[in-house]
Amino acid sequence: MGRDRSPLLAPPRVGPLQALPWLLIAAAYFAFPSYLSFGSGILIMALFALSLDLALGYAGILTLGHAVFYGTGAYAAGLIALAGWREPITGVLMSGGLSAILAVIVGILVLHLRGLPQIMTTLALGVIFYEVANKLTSVTGGDDGLQGIRLDPVFGVFDWTVYGHTAYLYTAAWLLLMFLVAWRLTGSPFGLALQGIRINPLRMQMIGAPIAHRLMKVFVISGFMAGVAGALSAQTTKFVGLEVYSLNLSAAVLVMLVLGGLGRLYGAFVGTAVYMIVHHIAAIADPYNWMFVIGVLLIGVVLLARGGLLGVADRALRFVRRWP
Amino acid sequence: MSVAAFILVYGLSYGMVLFIISVGLAVTLGLMRVVNMAHGSFAAVGGYLAVAMMTQWSVPFPVAVIVATLGTALISVPIERFLYVPIYEAGELDQVLLTIGLVFVSIAGLNLAFGPNQAPTSLPRWLEASTDIGPIAVQNYRLMIIVVGALLIAALWLVFDRTDFGARLRAAVERRGMAAAVGINVNRLFTIAFALGSGLAGLGGALGYQVLPLEPTYPFKYLALFLVVVSIAGLGNIRATAAMALLVGLIDTALRYFFPAAGAFALFAILIVIQFWRYRAAFRIWY
Repeated sequence: MGRDRSPLLAPPRVGPLQALPWLLIAAAYFAFPSYLSFGSGILIMALFALSLDLALGYAGILTLGHAVFYGTGAYAAGLIALAGWREPITGVLMSGGLSAILAVIVGILVLHLRGLPQIMTTLALGVIFYEVANKLTSVTGGDDGLQGIRLDPVFGVFDWTVYGHTAYLYTAAWLLLMFLVAWRLTGSPFGLALQGIRINPLRMQMIGAPIAHRLMKVFVISGFMAGVAGALSAQTTKFVGLEVYSLNLSAAVLVMLVLGGLGRLYGAFVGTAVYMIVHHIAAIADPYNWMFVIGVLLIGVVLLARGGLLGVADRALRFVRRWP
Repeated sequence: MSVAAFILVYGLSYGMVLFIISVGLAVTLGLMRVVNMAHGSFAAVGGYLAVAMMTQWSVPFPVAVIVATLGTALISVPIERFLYVPIYEAGELDQVLLTIGLVFVSIAGLNLAFGPNQAPTSLPRWLEASTDIGPIAVQNYRLMIIVVGALLIAALWLVFDRTDFGARLRAAVERRGMAAAVGINVNRLFTIAFALGSGLAGLGGALGYQVLPLEPTYPFKYLALFLVVVSIAGLGNIRATAAMALLVGLIDTALRYFFPAAGAFALFAILIVIQFWRYRAAFRIWY
C-alpha cells in the first residue's frame, strides 16, 4: 500500500491541535469537580452530534429526525437496566445495536430520497416515534418517563458516585472510542466515497460506486453511535423522558453540529460545548434568552461564517500565517 | 348535533385554518422553493397582533384580523430582503438552518413581547353565538372560518392561474434567468410573493387563534403539521393544498373523536403512507 495511497486518503495527522479537545476534556475533570454531570451531558451530546456528522456532514443525508436513534438507544438502555441486566457496557452495546437495526429500517425508507422530501420524511418519522412513545405508557412510562434505573459498577469496580466522577470518565471513554471509529472511517476510501456521494451523487453513480449500500452502511454506523449516546444519557442520568424523541432534540443536535462546523468531526465537540454552555448560562436568567442567542448564532453561521466556528478558526489561522 | 355534522363542522373549520396557513407556505416553499421552517413564526405574529389589538384596544375582530394580516406581510418584507435573498440559491441545509434560527429568535421575541403563557382564546360575542343551518346549530366562528377559507381558495386560484402576477411568478420560478431576461423584475416579484405567503400565514394565525391557541412555542409546535400538508400536497399546488388541508382537518378531528388514545400518531402514520406511495418508484433500488 503505502506509496500509491492518495494524500486525500491519509487520516488527518495527529498534531497538538488534535490532542487539544481531549486535554480539555481531561482538564475539565479536575478543574470543575462540581459540574461533572453537566460535563457528561456535553460529552453525550458531542457523541450524538458526531453521529450526525457522519450521516449529514460526510454523506449529506439530510435528517431532521436523528433523535429517533438517540431516543431508541435511551429507552433500550433504560428498559434493559430495569429488566435486571445491570451490566452497563453490554447494556450500551445492546442499545446501540437496536438503534442500528432501526437505522436499517429507517434507511430503507429515507435514503433514496434527497432534499426536501428527505427532510420531511425524517421529520415525520421523528414525530411518529414521539407520539408512539407518548401513547405506549406501559413501556415508556409516558410523561413520567423511566425512573429508578440502577446499574452495576463499571467493570465491577468503579461505582456510580453522586458527583458523577465515574459517569464522566465512562462517557469520555465511550466518546474517545467512537471518535476513533469515526476518525478511521472518514480517512478511509469509504469515507472519501461518502464525500463524493454528498458532493455529486450522479457522478459517483457513473463511476460505478454502490451509492445505496454506502449510504446504508454509514447510516447504520451513525444510528449505532446515536443509540450509544442515548444509552449513555439513560445510564448516567438514571432517567429517560419523552424529550429524547422530540423534534427539539433533533433540531438542537443539528444546530450544535453546524455551529461547530459540518464534516470535520471536531465540529461536533466545539459546537456542542458552545451551545450547551451558552444554554446553561443564558437559561439561568430566562429560559427563552438562550433561544435568542442560539437563533442569532445560527443565522450568523449561515450568512457570515460558513463552516461554523471551526471554519472561522481555520480562516483566522490561515490569515495569521500569511501575515509576515 | 349529530356526530357526523360535528366532525364535518369542526374538521372543516380546522382544515380551513390549516389551509390558510399552509397555502402561504405553498407559496414560499412550494413556488419559491425555499425551505421555510419559519412559516409558523409569521402565523404566530399575525395571531398575536390580532389578539393584542382586540384585548388591549378593543379593536373589532374583522379590523384586527385585516390589520394583523397586513402587518405580518409588512414585517416579512425586510426579513425577506435581508435574510431570505442570500439563501435562495443556497442548498436546502442552509435554508433549514437559517430559518430554524429565525424560529428561535421569533420564539424569544414573542415571549418577550407577550409573555410565556397562552394568549386568551375568548371570542367576541357575535362569533361565540350559533346559527341554525337546517337541523344543526353551527357556531358562527366556525362558519366564518369555513366561508373565508372557501373564498380564499377561489381568490388564490384566480390570482395564480388567471392573473398576470401569477403567470409572472410561475415563469420566474421555472426559469429565473429567462424571466429576468424578458423584463420581469424577479427580485421585486419574489418580495411580493414572500409577503403574500407570510400575510396568508398571519391571516391564518389571526383567524384561527382559537383553533390553534397562541403561545410563544407556536412556531415549532405546529410546524410539522404545515410542512406535512404542503409537502404531501405536492409543492406549489393550490388546489391539492386545499384538499390535503381539509383532509387532514377531517381525519384528525374524526380520529380524535373516535380514537382519542391514538392522538396525532395515527394522522402522521396515514400521511407517511401517502408520502411513500408517492415516491414508491424510488424504492426499486432496494429489491
